[in-house]
Amino acid sequence: VAERYDAIVVGAGIVGAACARALALEGMRVLVVDGRFAGGGTTAAGMGHLVVMDDSPEQLALTALSVELWRDLSRKLSHEVEFDPCGTIWVAEDGEQLDAVREKQRVYATHGVASHMLDARGVAEAEPNLRSGLAGGLLVPGDAVVYPPRAALWLLDDACARGATVLEHSDAAVTDVFDHGIRCGSREIEADVVVLAAGAEAASLVPEVPIVPRKGHLAITDRYHGFVRHQLVELGYLTSAHVMTSESVAFNVQPRVTGQVLIGSSRELVGWDASMNRSILRRMLERAAAFMPSLADLSIIRTWTGFRPATPDKLPLIGPWPSIAGVWIAAGHEGLGITTSIATARLIADLVVGRTPPIDASPYAPARVLDAATPVHST
Amino acid sequence: MSAGRGQETVRIVVDGRELEVAAGVTLAAALLDAGVQMFRRSVRGDPRAPLCGMGICQECRMTIDQVAHRRACLVTVASGMTVSTQGAVSS
Repeated sequence: VAERYDAIVVGAGIVGAACARALALEGMRVLVVDGRFAGGGTTAAGMGHLVVMDDSPEQLALTALSVELWRDLSRKLSHEVEFDPCGTIWVAEDGEQLDAVREKQRVYATHGVASHMLDARGVAEAEPNLRSGLAGGLLVPGDAVVYPPRAALWLLDDACARGATVLEHSDAAVTDVFDHGIRCGSREIEADVVVLAAGAEAASLVPEVPIVPRKGHLAITDRYHGFVRHQLVELGYLTSAHVMTSESVAFNVQPRVTGQVLIGSSRELVGWDASMNRSILRRMLERAAAFMPSLADLSIIRTWTGFRPATPDKLPLIGPWPSIAGVWIAAGHEGLGITTSIATARLIADLVVGRTPPIDASPYAPARVLDAATPVHST
Repeated sequence: MSAGRGQETVRIVVDGRELEVAAGVTLAAALLDAGVQMFRRSVRGDPRAPLCGMGICQECRMTIDQVAHRRACLVTVASGMTVSTQGAVSS
């Protein structure tokens, strides 16, 4: 007799953990399986920003909802999650970028996201270690930062408190996904709902899933309390994140509650090669030092790489997977998985129980990639 | 080795307090000799002091002459040096 659950979540990263919690909150018997360990993959490698982004209207809707849900959750989180409501400042280098900042503020306002324009003096007062001569910036006070692996473990613990079961390590490595079930080695486990939350590794279970690993480098300094107060992102970050073809770097630093400064970011498409690319690391750090010259005086204690699960249209896949009965996808969040994990889980839970989600879920429907993959024959 | 048995000493400032310590040795050695037992606190607030004494373990990091996270075991003590344990001693 096969084992049976109401729901199986494949992948115990932050998206899987959030989905497990949301489904357990619906009263479902949930099993989470992860072939390595919870929160140890892309989740552990990420920066941990909870940030509203407006690369597209769909991305804005999802991130705005998720940041709001994180804020609602924040007072329940344990202190190990290191939730820090530090806000984000989008840094404008010149007048042209300041115009873009004004437009950004307008777009945010239409979605009910509060933000404040900073002039040259305002940005210098908010962040004294930024270089002089910047044009200004946009402060988004509702944004925050968490320590991602701890956030994932908290979500998972909360799921377990509501009856979920977690299986980790090689015994829990999923080798096959089929109608309403999975295989882990010789074990077959069935469920009404199977949620694939395996990030870029979802493609190894369901090859039609067009998610590729997009490598990034990060560096973290020793503790320097007060060196940076907000998450800082250069306005050009969206361009760097959006263009899929080439390698790119962008200035993005975060204060950690420990006083450490987390420095990003880089993007490369090099498969699963996790090795340190010293030339892009150097470019990334030089970019950061161009915005914060005194960063160069701080000691970096660790550098590492990770893999964002990237989709061709820059939106995650959230919803049922049409070609395997009972199988759902919650993957492909690229660099926004920490932010959007909670909203993803909300959409999945709403759709699973047949409730109307708070935002239109259709832009994230996984079926779109099958439509896109349909060959177009010229006549 | 103990500062006060006729050997040369220097005056340094530790957390705002003047201290006479042995000269010609590392700051770590001078502070230990002078009875300083906590060089800094860990991220969880636990006291820390030199372990390896040769620049590897990073446990003796202090703010020395306004530069954070220098290893006291790799710096020769000098007259007038200002050292901060960032509250490890005073708190």
